[in-house]
Amino acid sequence: MMKGKIVRISGPVVEANLPDARLYDVVKVGEERLLGEIIKIVGEISVIQVYEDTSGLKPGEPVDSTGAPLSVELGPGLLQSIYDGIQRPLKVIEEQAGGVYITRGIEAPALDQKKKWDFKATAKKGDKVKKGDILGTVQETELIEHRIMSPYEGKIESISSGKYTVSEKIGEISFEGKKYPLKLAQKWFVRKSRPVVEKFPPNIPLITGQRIIDTFFPIAKGGTAAIPGPFGSGKTVTQQSLAKYSDTQIVIYVGCGERGNEMTEVLKEFPELEDPNTGKPLMQRTVLIANTSNMPVAAREASIYTGVTIAEYFRDMGYDVALMADSTSRWAEAMREIGGRLEEMPGEEGYPAYLARRLAEFYERAGRVRCLGTEDRYGSVTIIGAVSPPGGDISEPVSQNTLRVTKVFLALDAPLAYRRHFPAINWLKSYTLYSNSLEEYFAKEVSSEFTKLSKAAMELLQKEAELQEVVQLVGPDALPEKEQAILMVTKMLREDYLQQNAFVDYDARCELIKQYNMLKTIMKFGENTNSALDLGVQLKKIQELPVKTKIGRMKELLEIKDFEKLHKEIDGNFEELR
Amino acid sequence: MKEYKTITQIAGPLVFVSDVSGVSYNEIVEIMIPGGERRKGQVLDVSNKNAVVQVFGGTDGISTSQTSVRFLGETMRLGLSTDMLGRVFNGLGEPRDKGPKIIPKEKVDITGLPINPYSRQSPNEFIQTGISTVDCMNTLVRGQKLPIFSGAGLPHNQLTVQIARQAKVRGTDEKFAVVFAAIGITHEEASFFMRDFEKTGALENAVLFLNLADDPSVERIITPRLALTTAEYLAYEQDMHVLTLITDMTNYCEALREISSARQEVPGRRGYPGYMYTDLSTIYERAGRVRGSNGSVTQIPVLTMPGDDKTHPIADLTGYITEGQILLSRELHRKNIYPPVDVLPSLSRLMNAGIGEERTREDHKGVSDQLYAGYANGRDLRSLSAVVGEEALSPVDRKFLKLADQFEARFVRQGAYENRTIEQTLELAWDLLSILPEDELKRVKKSYIDKYLPKKKEEKKE
Repeated sequence: MMKGKIVRISGPVVEANLPDARLYDVVKVGEERLLGEIIKIVGEISVIQVYEDTSGLKPGEPVDSTGAPLSVELGPGLLQSIYDGIQRPLKVIEEQAGGVYITRGIEAPALDQKKKWDFKATAKKGDKVKKGDILGTVQETELIEHRIMSPYEGKIESISSGKYTVSEKIGEISFEGKKYPLKLAQKWFVRKSRPVVEKFPPNIPLITGQRIIDTFFPIAKGGTAAIPGPFGSGKTVTQQSLAKYSDTQIVIYVGCGERGNEMTEVLKEFPELEDPNTGKPLMQRTVLIANTSNMPVAAREASIYTGVTIAEYFRDMGYDVALMADSTSRWAEAMREIGGRLEEMPGEEGYPAYLARRLAEFYERAGRVRCLGTEDRYGSVTIIGAVSPPGGDISEPVSQNTLRVTKVFLALDAPLAYRRHFPAINWLKSYTLYSNSLEEYFAKEVSSEFTKLSKAAMELLQKEAELQEVVQLVGPDALPEKEQAILMVTKMLREDYLQQNAFVDYDARCELIKQYNMLKTIMKFGENTNSALDLGVQLKKIQELPVKTKIGRMKELLEIKDFEKLHKEIDGNFEELR
Repeated sequence: MKEYKTITQIAGPLVFVSDVSGVSYNEIVEIMIPGGERRKGQVLDVSNKNAVVQVFGGTDGISTSQTSVRFLGETMRLGLSTDMLGRVFNGLGEPRDKGPKIIPKEKVDITGLPINPYSRQSPNEFIQTGISTVDCMNTLVRGQKLPIFSGAGLPHNQLTVQIARQAKVRGTDEKFAVVFAAIGITHEEASFFMRDFEKTGALENAVLFLNLADDPSVERIITPRLALTTAEYLAYEQDMHVLTLITDMTNYCEALREISSARQEVPGRRGYPGYMYTDLSTIYERAGRVRGSNGSVTQIPVLTMPGDDKTHPIADLTGYITEGQILLSRELHRKNIYPPVDVLPSLSRLMNAGIGEERTREDHKGVSDQLYAGYANGRDLRSLSAVVGEEALSPVDRKFLKLADQFEARFVRQGAYENRTIEQTLELAWDLLSILPEDELKRVKKSYIDKYLPKKKEEKKE
């Protein structure tokens, strides 16, 4: 272990005399042994970002290098955990600190070292295995089977089922005459992506249960999405809805520079929420990483990497994983803050010049892949990143660099939020680049009409924006009845379709088939209106139809047959008008 | 104790001391000026040889040859005791009234440690402020941080005082305290607060920290932290419910910028330092409730937005940390409406946890959403009718217009001493909603309409 001494302290950045140090190695700083990482080397001086508060450190105090880069521990026990940005379990920190505050210098193993897991070996002695081959399984929670993958290539010398802790030997593997022990847990460097055999184009949608997303701006499994919006526009609620209701098997939620009270809400809610598919607590498939805004800034920088590495690990087992990062702007600001302390030449708006590269590298860790190993195994990591642009103006560097690499853009809008139109996703500004590759899936799984209907509805909404400009000048009554009818239908689309209440049980998650039926209802009403107008019926009469009020409450309908009844009623209502 | 006479440079609020050893980061220093005056400071940057010290009392009179600097070997601490209630302190925590010195029960580092998110309890107790726009539309709960975004010349002080006077959790009689931090406000404003606290008898349950406009600006970095350290002590050690009022955060940010520029740091937006978000979070995040204590810290910071600009870095970064904001509008103020709360851009993120059947009333959420949607629509129509005339609007639209007008005149407007219960507020809300046709009330459950809409109620009676 290399030893050195502190020569300078400036906020979270410490300089130490540490010859032969390697970039990105983890170091222990000062008498209190605070955790840090080497981020720059000038001659014999190493510049260290420290993950804890540096008050009270003195020049001359010792610095020891651990000789290894920042890594996460991967193995059974990850699920249901709540970590800080450098994978210290917050629960253990509470016990060690003996209070509600995070004191300094606490070291805590990421995985429970005492718990015995029931390991069922599937590989046998004498098997030749490749990296990533599955050695056996552990039923980690009722929902998720944890597949133990071989970190090495070689021949299995011994392996046996039984009860083990994460650090006990479950067997042995030999490669080129050398023997290595096999364990339930392994380590991986957070800044390096885990390897895969091949990446595939994403063609399966991530069903989120959110109407505006699934119908108009679908996200693909293994895809990337950005959610920018000013404060108060509902980024966090959207992220949380996606985490709760998406049809992925694993959710990694990174609260990067989040509010403490909001994180507590997540911590309280997730164990109580049921997985819509199985009825078991959602927490059983979730890993939470909470690095609130007032926790050390360097750990905030690391939290995103910690999260994505854990996500990749579960992907390698063959699972579909969704990573929610809230918010990537805070992550970028952490880089800016540390860059500033290093006195680096700043790029745009003070952000470091490597901002674009770092963002691209992060989002590039998403994807639908064939996992490492002999057998055919597919998994995916979907990354959904919130962006918090200053003043809601997305011309700033973090938003712009994010948009260059992500494929779905969900633009949150303050005016919509003000009128409590949630989710406040602006349908005119948002886009998805996955619609073509997902069309086939929707045609097969929902209805061949689904994509057609959604396109027609979007056209109407766009037409509405044009008409609104005219209305602003001459008033709505000056429009011909046909155009007024469009405004009527788009109002129904906005209020009865796009708006979705995350806080009531019948509307929080909307199945694809219900989405299709709801959309069909409104479009059917629109078509009937058009033909009725052609026959000379007054628009006012149509607006007073009793079925219109019923459509306004169709979110509460649960069964398909209810919708069929509603469709008949629409036909009946218009029949009477003629 | 180490004493140095090696000041090499004085720049703005900073003093550079050379040839030091054994100095620690964030350590407190005492600066002795010829003539016997002593000032306090804090180490901002330290290396093998040099230390950069920020001086709290201003750097005037300091010289490179005559002044000596003494490093005290500890970080900034505040002595705490319940005797602080009813007392007034200056921006550095020294008594400002004529009372005796506080004998501390314990001394605590004022930077505060981050609260473990796992150890927090989620805030969900409804605080009734008696102000309709807050209670119904932007509900405050215990442990929340809800800032008031104001502008120069708007009545934010009156509103803050009214909230401090009226705020209570209904049906409880728990220990309650107010911690008040004045940052760079004028003498006149400070005495407005003091007078009101005295008049209502709130002063005996209050701790006041005053850094006034003519006090040294660097002290402003310390003042809110003293207040919050006191608040945390009263809340988590003494099980009190503490309402912390901090005004004006804009002055705090100006002080932060001043120090950053004196250190010649790379500036972020509008010259404010790049770490302002992190710095502000170490103030705002010191609110909440924690496990193992019955107390709570609720924070209401006030900031005046330069040029009424919500996207100015101070307001912007605050909004990203706090759990919502109450925005005051110049337009409403001009219409002589008090409190001029513009509900549309205002928000309380913890509202849903604090309202509903067992906390306020079952229909609260729906009523509030419906009023938001209706008022937003009415405001849009107002600008439309300015162009095309009210006659060109449809009958339904005219009703929305009426709703918006009545909403401002009857719901937003209330007296500075008018304390409405949540029931009164909700009654008023239903009264306004009855202006609209019933099929427009999509945000409220049908059963609540039948139960609460005035028309329906009367029908039932008959």
